[in-house]
Amino acid sequence: MNDLINRISQSFQTFRSHRLRSFLTTLGIIIGVTTVIAVLSLIEGLNRSVARQIQNLGSDLIYLQKFTWVQTGHQNYEKLAQRPDLLPEDADAISRLPSVEIAIPEISSRVAGIKFKEHEVSNVTVTGSDENYSWVNNHVVESGRDFSREDVLHRRKVGIIGSYVAVGLFPDESPVGREIYIRDNRFRIIGVFKEKGQFLGQSLDNFVLIPYTVFERIFPRSRESVFARIYGGYSINIKPKAGNIERALDDVRELMRRRHGLSLDQEDDFELNTQQVLMDLYKNITNVGFIAIVAIALISLIVGGIGIMNIMLVSVAERTREIGIRKAVGASNRNIMTQFLIESIVLSLIGGIIGIVIGMSLAALISVLSPLKAAVSLWMIALGFGFSASVGIFFGIYPARKAAMLNPIEALRYE
Amino acid sequence: MKNKKLISRALNISKTYWRGKVAVEALRGVSIDICQNDYVSIMGASGSGKSTLIHILSCLDTATAGDYYLDDTIISRYTDEELARVRNRYFGFVFQNFSLLPRLTALENVALPLNYARVSKHEQLDRAREILAKIGLEDRMQHRPNEMSGGECQRVAIARALVNRPQVIFADEPTGNLDSRTGAEIMEILDGLVAEGNTVVMVTHDQNVAAHARAIVRLKDGLIEK
Repeated sequence: MNDLINRISQSFQTFRSHRLRSFLTTLGIIIGVTTVIAVLSLIEGLNRSVARQIQNLGSDLIYLQKFTWVQTGHQNYEKLAQRPDLLPEDADAISRLPSVEIAIPEISSRVAGIKFKEHEVSNVTVTGSDENYSWVNNHVVESGRDFSREDVLHRRKVGIIGSYVAVGLFPDESPVGREIYIRDNRFRIIGVFKEKGQFLGQSLDNFVLIPYTVFERIFPRSRESVFARIYGGYSINIKPKAGNIERALDDVRELMRRRHGLSLDQEDDFELNTQQVLMDLYKNITNVGFIAIVAIALISLIVGGIGIMNIMLVSVAERTREIGIRKAVGASNRNIMTQFLIESIVLSLIGGIIGIVIGMSLAALISVLSPLKAAVSLWMIALGFGFSASVGIFFGIYPARKAAMLNPIEALRYE
Repeated sequence: MKNKKLISRALNISKTYWRGKVAVEALRGVSIDICQNDYVSIMGASGSGKSTLIHILSCLDTATAGDYYLDDTIISRYTDEELARVRNRYFGFVFQNFSLLPRLTALENVALPLNYARVSKHEQLDRAREILAKIGLEDRMQHRPNEMSGGECQRVAIARALVNRPQVIFADEPTGNLDSRTGAEIMEILDGLVAEGNTVVMVTHDQNVAAHARAIVRLKDGLIEK
């Protein structure tokens, strides 16, 4: 151990006498490790925030819709548009399935703006659903009250607003009890939802929830465009009983096929979307990026390694006499090999450490200057360390062997 | 030379090496014994094989044919690793051009052989200091070779040769790079070492230097001249 420390400090001595050269040699490793650390921590940061956002949407919900979230290959939109609309009655039927906790209808549309006095919030989503919407979607009513069954049944013009709308329209007063206009209809605000944050850069709080029974009246269904026919209708949000997602998926599929009168040879005319699908899709995308980055980093590390090998070969040639002297006084081939191998490992580890530091600083800088948040994990630092150490070993072995194999007499004669 | 303890024995040593396609017979059957407290000079014209002989005797090189014994053990077929150990434990070297490591201090240079002898760092430096003091260089310990005179460098080299208490000290033209006055000082040190019971084998072409030894071996064309 003492001996090892000794040898490592010995190699530091060598680098001190060739500062610029040692630095240039490690540049390849520095760049390689910097890239790996910076990019990996940004990908990891992105992963974490997307995972959190997907969770925020309301985990393990099943969305029964006409369209799929993940398109694979060509989509026949005409055919999709011809699928039967999903209806609140479907939600009632699904709610009765034993594997399902509850199913609710949800429909939404966007309005250009909602005003209150001089304040205005634009591009607000108006969502129609029932009294179970908030707990199914992990929304919490922060002030005021939630819908009641009666609000829905009696088509009361009441609304619960998202925090974004609340802050925008009522910066200095309580929104509860105030009245706003949506498409010239007067709505009384009965509650405000707690903030949910963002999903992929979009606020999840810029919406107004109204009873779906009211929604149907003030937003008549347009059947003109293919787009409206596919995306305009109800979606059924299904909350399966705990641990029953797979069974619920099967049960809902079976029930809906029956309700739509599909025969055995006909395909489903609806889609069951889950958060997992979204998560898988996202992971696929980032995995491709991940592999590409690792490949690029590998190439730059190989280039860096060749640099190390080159300089080690120069160093062996320059120090031929030294090798001869050391051998003459008793250094074995193994001693010489170890000496040069430690040198190349230390050299590339120094590069690796500098790379880790620069990479982390770069990631931190990007976090500060952009909305992208970096997350540095211990495994990345270990990876950077491991990468540079293996480069040092792999590209150091040949020069070190060459040094070890020198004939002492010839080495001593070398000028 | 009788009744002395035998250290090493070379029997019928030959060495052939190839210079391009030409075989050069540097040694053609040389036998020599090295005993405790010997003081031997090997002389000969250039090309006589004297350097090759001292290299083989000191295990820096191996013979093409013939046997070499050390303490009754045949070592002519030793591996590189084993030969390195022999050089480290049994022999010390003094070269014509000093062959000190330029980046190390005198003290570190002297301690170098102990580095490869599994001696603790602390003991390495203690022993190196002791030898340097003995050889009169206590005020030069932290100097590097380029800060010392040729004579001082060669004294550091002798200290390095002595530090692991070798059985034989080999010196290859130890005064070759020194002026005659400094050379004489170096020879005085070597004489002193022999007087203390050490064994010295040196190669020289200088008659005056050779005269210090108790025995002179003359080589000619790879053979010992009788």
